[in-house]
Amino acid sequence: MRVIRHVAVNVFRESVRDKVLYNLVFFAVLLISASYLIGQLTAGQDLKIIKDLGLAATSVFGLFIAVFIGIGLVSKEVERRSVYALLAKPIRRHEFIIGKYLGLVLTLAVNIAVMTVAYYVVLAYMSWMELETVKAAWEAPATDPALLKAIFLIFVELCLITAVALFLSTFSSPILSAVLTFGLYVVGHFNADLKNFETVVESPVAISLARGIYYVLPNLAPFDVKADVVHAQPVEWSYLALTTGYGLVYITMLVLAAMFVFSRRDFK
Amino acid sequence: MISPIRSSATFAVVLATLLATAVTIEVVRDRLTPAHQITARYLYVRSDTALRRLAVAYQALLADVYWIRTIQHYGGDRLSIDDRNRYELLYPLLDITTTLDPRFTLAYRFGAIFLAEPFPGGPGRPDQAVALLRKGVQASPSKWEYVHDIAFVYYWQLRDAATAARWFQRASEIPGAPEWLQPLAATMLIQGGDRTSSRFLWRQLHASAEQDWLRSIAERRLVQLDALDQIDQLEAAVRRFERQVGPERLTWPRLVREGVVPGVPVDPTGTPYELDPIRGTVTVSPRSELFPMPIEPPRAGPPTS
Repeated sequence: MRVIRHVAVNVFRESVRDKVLYNLVFFAVLLISASYLIGQLTAGQDLKIIKDLGLAATSVFGLFIAVFIGIGLVSKEVERRSVYALLAKPIRRHEFIIGKYLGLVLTLAVNIAVMTVAYYVVLAYMSWMELETVKAAWEAPATDPALLKAIFLIFVELCLITAVALFLSTFSSPILSAVLTFGLYVVGHFNADLKNFETVVESPVAISLARGIYYVLPNLAPFDVKADVVHAQPVEWSYLALTTGYGLVYITMLVLAAMFVFSRRDFK
Repeated sequence: MISPIRSSATFAVVLATLLATAVTIEVVRDRLTPAHQITARYLYVRSDTALRRLAVAYQALLADVYWIRTIQHYGGDRLSIDDRNRYELLYPLLDITTTLDPRFTLAYRFGAIFLAEPFPGGPGRPDQAVALLRKGVQASPSKWEYVHDIAFVYYWQLRDAATAARWFQRASEIPGAPEWLQPLAATMLIQGGDRTSSRFLWRQLHASAEQDWLRSIAERRLVQLDALDQIDQLEAAVRRFERQVGPERLTWPRLVREGVVPGVPVDPTGTPYELDPIRGTVTVSPRSELFPMPIEPPRAGPPTS
């Protein structure tokens, strides 16, 4: 456990040294400038747009961190040959993989936590500046706590993407891993269509194949409740629990697969 | 050996000088060669379904982008002096916005107002306004506001009081709808397009409007209704005078001399009304802020039992 913690903390330190946290400044500047500009560009709905923008930016920044750091977690160590020195130490291969994964999850958690604080500050400021009559017409208050549900599911989704990137990074090159991870992210948001493949094809083989792929590939669409919370639509706790459970099972599966592949890799 | 501070300062000065030079060149170039006006306007992706796919998990954000584009398109064309291709992208833009975010209330409600507004204030397409609002009703059947807005378009733009009354009735049946919708539907069914109903509707819209822009439209409509009342009174006075003196060429100075009106009558914005010297009809001047005036829905005949 101690070894895993050391590896995880080192991954976090390394991402801080790589100036990953600079994106937080960019996020804050984006939100503050957008909140001013959008007021000039649109007729009403400033709050909705800022809420959409904040959630989308949290998701996009997180996605880039998860993919671009995730793909290098193992492959970079192999390329630099630092993996030889590491594995010569009393670190077991599965501890190395778990530590790497948890380190990036920690980086993501810190990033998302800071972005959430900045997001709520901007929303609170917008609410403070607005007239009571306008506020009365909002679908939900500016600092609606329900937004946290969307942010939480974004975090779980990013943890899943990180697990995908980590798994791919154990056996593939960084570029191919990045392409495949982004590909899986896009496919993951569309794979509900595979379930209803019978509406477009008649072949029973193709239908069964599509149904199989639907269950095997990660289904990321349920993690997206951004529009629901912005429009004050209820997101049930049971839905949140089930989606998180699905995410955790999938993450465990991918990390185990990464451990399996990494443990069999020959570094001679 | 140059000190690091000195070398950094030199680097900053060089950088600032180069940037200033680039800005100067740009300013000179812009003065010498005016920027080309972009005349063609495109909707790069016309399929709302394709865009929904392309947006992956960011459909709501893309809907916001399209909403801003809609506002810019409508506002730009409204202020434009070029009469070609006016508002041609308005409906496709609104359609895409509402497909990307089917619960975008403002896009349906404002969009319908934009679409139904007669030219040059809008494209004058109440049919498209109704289609957009029907799409909203399909997406959110519990939103009485969309049904109310359909009734409003039928009443105000299509001048079909009977259909409007049916939609008002349907809106009143949706849970959460305000109580005044039911009597309004009944009144409209009996009296057709009477001005009292119009005034009531615009007052309701004015009171419930969340945006200044919508509130000012309602205010303008209410003033136009006041002007219509004044026109009715003036035309009645002119007709009474005509009955006394027979068919004659009528002018405001003549009517003032005869004591028919106390002075040259002005509309609520202070612009004199125009009088047709032959037919004796009174209209709002094209110079008035109230021009063009709305065409009122036809009034219903006496109720039949």
